[in-house]
Amino acid sequence: MGIRERLSGNEAVAVAMRQINPDVMGAFPITPSTEIPQYFSTYVDNGQVDTEFIAVESEHSAMSTCIGAQAAGCRAVSATSSCGLCYMTEMLYVAASDRLPITLAVSCRALSGPININNDHSDAMGVRDTGWLMLFAETNQEVYDNYLQAMRIGEAVELPIMICQDGFITSHAIENIELVEDDKVKAFVGEYNPKHYLLNKDEPMAVGAYATPTYYMEAKRQQAQAMIDAKDVIRKVGAEFGEMTGRTYGLIEKYMMDDAEEAIVIIGSSAGTAKAAINELRAEGKKVGLIKIRSFRPFPSEDIAEALKNVKAFAVMDKDDSFNAHCGPIYAEVCAALFSNGVVGPKGINYIYGLGGRDVRIESIKTVYAELDKIVETGCTGETYRYLEVRE
Amino acid sequence: MSYNLKEELKKEDRLSGGHRMCAGCGSPIAVRTILRALNPEDHAVVCSATSCLEVSTFIYPYTAWKDSFIHNAFENAGATISGVETAYKAMKKRGKIDETWKFIAFGGDGGTYDIGFQSLSGAMERGHDMVYVCYDNEAYMNTGIQRSSSTPHFADTTTTPYGSVIPGKLQQKKNLTKIMVSHGIPYVAQTTFIGNLKDMSEKAHKAIYTPGAAFLNVMAPCPRGWRYPSEKLMEVTKAAVETCVWPLYEVVEGKYILSYKPKNKLPVEEYLKLQGRFAHMFKKGNEWMIEQVQQEVDRNWEELLKLCEM
Repeated sequence: MGIRERLSGNEAVAVAMRQINPDVMGAFPITPSTEIPQYFSTYVDNGQVDTEFIAVESEHSAMSTCIGAQAAGCRAVSATSSCGLCYMTEMLYVAASDRLPITLAVSCRALSGPININNDHSDAMGVRDTGWLMLFAETNQEVYDNYLQAMRIGEAVELPIMICQDGFITSHAIENIELVEDDKVKAFVGEYNPKHYLLNKDEPMAVGAYATPTYYMEAKRQQAQAMIDAKDVIRKVGAEFGEMTGRTYGLIEKYMMDDAEEAIVIIGSSAGTAKAAINELRAEGKKVGLIKIRSFRPFPSEDIAEALKNVKAFAVMDKDDSFNAHCGPIYAEVCAALFSNGVVGPKGINYIYGLGGRDVRIESIKTVYAELDKIVETGCTGETYRYLEVRE
Repeated sequence: MSYNLKEELKKEDRLSGGHRMCAGCGSPIAVRTILRALNPEDHAVVCSATSCLEVSTFIYPYTAWKDSFIHNAFENAGATISGVETAYKAMKKRGKIDETWKFIAFGGDGGTYDIGFQSLSGAMERGHDMVYVCYDNEAYMNTGIQRSSSTPHFADTTTTPYGSVIPGKLQQKKNLTKIMVSHGIPYVAQTTFIGNLKDMSEKAHKAIYTPGAAFLNVMAPCPRGWRYPSEKLMEVTKAAVETCVWPLYEVVEGKYILSYKPKNKLPVEEYLKLQGRFAHMFKKGNEWMIEQVQQEVDRNWEELLKLCEM
């Protein structure tokens, strides 16, 4: 039986880090992830962990130190948000191509401008092609659970992993949470023993080669394969975690989807709001359901196609806009998933919502289902690229 | 034991031949001299910023580096090696390694004076046990000789061409060595190729074996950018030292120590005339440029002498 606690999402990450006791943390403060290195520094300075903490001068250096430390043979971790994630973007690509399983906690926040400190997913979505594994959480419990699984997943496929949560909504809100005992965490996460590393006196190693066109594409193909292989690893680690805690995880979560005629596809904390809306609509007899994406990278194409194939209409919710005069990133990928898997029946629309912390209420989600009702009735989607609850 | 180049050269080279750096380039000579200053039994992790040095020594699937080596990006050699050094501390604390490792980062002036300046400053301020070596060739040579903040006054580069209105680079060279001294780190030195490389070798050894962060600024000429015949490399560096354009000195725990004082300080022309990048300064009507550079060199030299007397 786990330990009952009340923690914010940021604190939950810090506690998970304390239990794992990584070798090196390089971090720079930025709202709303600042608390993670703050809490963790307290553990370091009070001797609760023996991690070396590097208080760097920027996020770019945070990721650069993590790359150096992980390549040297250590577990390296960091935390960031928003512009900080943008600032490390260049290094995110290097971490992935060097195949270094660094763990990065992201408390998602809007990007400037206008400058805004509240939640949306434009930071995380902006780095979706960097080659990192990306797990998203709905609740503080999921943030904690995802963090405990992160290193097992990343190290198995030799890819870095981001554990994303919603800034303020979960990062700062305090929820009841069940922690796993320290010894069980250590046994579950295990030791990091890389095959090759810089500080191996018996085998010098060179990292970060210049690759000509003769080799570059093969390196990228191997990265792509690691991402494909990660799907099974995430399922296996999620199942093993379930055996330990009773909380089993896959690539997506389906809610009331068995007989659903209308569905919402969503990511992050708003899934909870959507579930509440579904409960109310179900009470009225409406056949509505939800697909929550947990693993955005790798993208669960088959699972989503399978889950949506029998619905009449669906709405994909993007807390970010691609500014392509067309749709947000999750909608684009969901539609590609359906098309590639031969699912062409359901009618789909896209909502850009919750930007810069715009509140998402149960009523907000209900208006989306009301629109889906109309589409089912008329057979006509109308404009597919829509903004939810915006003054125009 | 006193320094002996023949003895030094008996040590195994830690950067192998066969790399693709140009003949007459200062950078690989600096690297080999500095790595020879490591005690042969000590292990090292070498880091290089993106630069000529990096793209010419580590072309997949080959590497010229015999020690463990990491290249990360252009602007973050300081941060990257500080991550490796911290990993060493962490692994040592946990009993995973017991041998001695040293940490040396190389960057060109672009990666050090300019784009990597913040990362370097952070690493120095945090005091990692490492050496950062700038091989200063006074412009962005890897991309084709564009000006940097290290490019000297009036130099002709591809982004400061000598034109009919603007006569080359308008600004003076940034004094990075002094900025590094201001970080309060235990060892900072300025050196180049002189004689039997004693100056560079001894400074490198001090830098590597002084606990804490150390910085070496090495004038490392580029035959393409400076436009000198490749065999004249050491003639150019000697002239830089004898004219006091590039004084040799070190700063140990904040104390300035002059390494070499020319008996007869030569006029700057003796240095400028060896290089095509300054050829326009010798055109009729441009005498004022040489006069101005002479004044700047004199002022910096006097200032340095005062610091060394203090």
